Amino acid sequence: MTALQVVFLIIAVVTLGAALMVVTTRNLVHAALWLVVTLFGVAVLYVLLDAGFLAVAQVIIYIGAIAILFIFAVMLTRRVASDNIPQTNNNWGWAALVAVVFLGGLAWVLRPWQGFSTQASELSSRADPLRELGQALVSPNAYVIPFEVASVLLLAALIGAIMVAWERK
Amino acid sequence: MRDPVTLIANWLSGLLSGWGLSPGLVTVIMVFIGVLALASAMLVLDIFLVWVERKVVARFQDRIGPNRLGPYGLVQPLADVIKLLIKEDIIPAGADRLVYNLSPIIALAAALLLWAVLPISATIYGTNLNVGVLYLVAVGAISTLGIIMAGWASNNKYALLGAFRTVAQMVSYEVPMVIVLMVPVILTRSMGLKDIVDQQVIWYIVAAPLAAIIFLISNLAELGRAPFDLPEAESELVAGFHIEYTGMKFGMFYAGELLHALTVGAIFSSLFLGGWRGPGAEAFPIIGVFWFFLKAFFMYWVIMWSKYTFPRLRVDQMLNFNWKFLTPLSLVILMTTAVLDKLLPRTNMLVYSLGMLLLNIVIVLVTLQILRARAGAERRRVAEPKPAATPQGAVTASQPPSGASQ
Repeated sequence: MTALQVVFLIIAVVTLGAALMVVTTRNLVHAALWLVVTLFGVAVLYVLLDAGFLAVAQVIIYIGAIAILFIFAVMLTRRVASDNIPQTNNNWGWAALVAVVFLGGLAWVLRPWQGFSTQASELSSRADPLRELGQALVSPNAYVIPFEVASVLLLAALIGAIMVAWERK
Repeated sequence: MRDPVTLIANWLSGLLSGWGLSPGLVTVIMVFIGVLALASAMLVLDIFLVWVERKVVARFQDRIGPNRLGPYGLVQPLADVIKLLIKEDIIPAGADRLVYNLSPIIALAAALLLWAVLPISATIYGTNLNVGVLYLVAVGAISTLGIIMAGWASNNKYALLGAFRTVAQMVSYEVPMVIVLMVPVILTRSMGLKDIVDQQVIWYIVAAPLAAIIFLISNLAELGRAPFDLPEAESELVAGFHIEYTGMKFGMFYAGELLHALTVGAIFSSLFLGGWRGPGAEAFPIIGVFWFFLKAFFMYWVIMWSKYTFPRLRVDQMLNFNWKFLTPLSLVILMTTAVLDKLLPRTNMLVYSLGMLLLNIVIVLVTLQILRARAGAERRRVAEPKPAATPQGAVTASQPPSGASQ
């Protein structure tokens, strides 16, 4: 076993353990902080995969923005942060059913996938993956349409936020 | 002898290989030694920063500052550290012990983590990360987290209010900061901080002075220093998010703040002032360390200068300034810089830099015109006679009845 695999196993265990804590902790702020640990573990996994940009973006967006927003929302909401709130509501049965069906569907779709047994190909070390990613995002042959659609979606969200906060005169 | 640090590193790795260790293990050990050396050096420097801060603030306030212990009071910070260490460690009732104890560590570690990508000289740098600039932003996100954890875990309403203000401020000022961080990236064509410094034959403050100023202002807000010190506004919140912390736990917040201020100075000098560049720094990398810290400490002094000169802003002023002024301005700077970058020749860096400088001057002039027009409109609006609280029916005939209903 190489050092990289040892690091991967440690990080995987920490990430999964923290993810389990997110759903089992009774205190919502603690759950949000465990979520931060989980997201950080995922960022480390990206680093292990040589995807530095994804790792940094993961920390900026998920920890710096989304997790902070979660913690904010939990703190500003009254009484939710206490320990004696039920963790489930009446729909837990349906939710469990959907989750199991979804897992089954995913497993069925992934049935012919060979990724578990085949070795991933080596990355070419001379190209700058960041430059390639940037060019792929604006190249007409690659992802320019999805990129633009995502931009428009985010712009719509921005305008929506302004409309909600707009003080009508 | 030109580069003692590399010499020592080569000697040490040669020694370890000589003992029969595998090359992979030698690399791991060398990285650990490097991290340990850099982190220890920064933390020792941090003790000295206490003295710098106290001495400089004293001069700004026309005092002498610490002058009893040692020459120029240099031993004073050691006494401060001992005092902090022997103070009682209090954990308030109802505090969340784990989170409460974890947050000072995160606050200090976030400032230390930034040094991983800063090139201290041509050969001394942690790593030339290809997303170095974004890494700085990501670590800033972690320091925000440390502060909100401290505010919540203290079980104190002032701490929580301070944490709320901090997060509102840090999350908002991250927007113009990230936008103007892209300007040096455009000029360099790389996000690695080492590449950015390597290419700064002409300092980027010439080509992008506006971006530099916006970066400095938004970093003052990230630091929570005056005029953006609302998170710990003494007159309103007693001490803000670290109100309940005593002894060395408070000391870690304090040390983290000082180190973060110096680190911001170092980042600023790397991005805009040429980092380790200076006479003799290319031939003798050890001289680069001197230039690097000279520039970093100069920017640290500028940060202190603004801290002890400006009064505190109000929350609405702070947010308006960010969203209605800095963010649009930085967007304009980014877009015009990107367009001009395509038009100017990159073969002649002097023409290129001067062209960028001209663009910045034009932007400043246009911005000042717009601000002047806006200020004139605002002055006329304020000067208008307001509908006074007159007795019913005493409204003068000159005003329309509907206007007086307010």
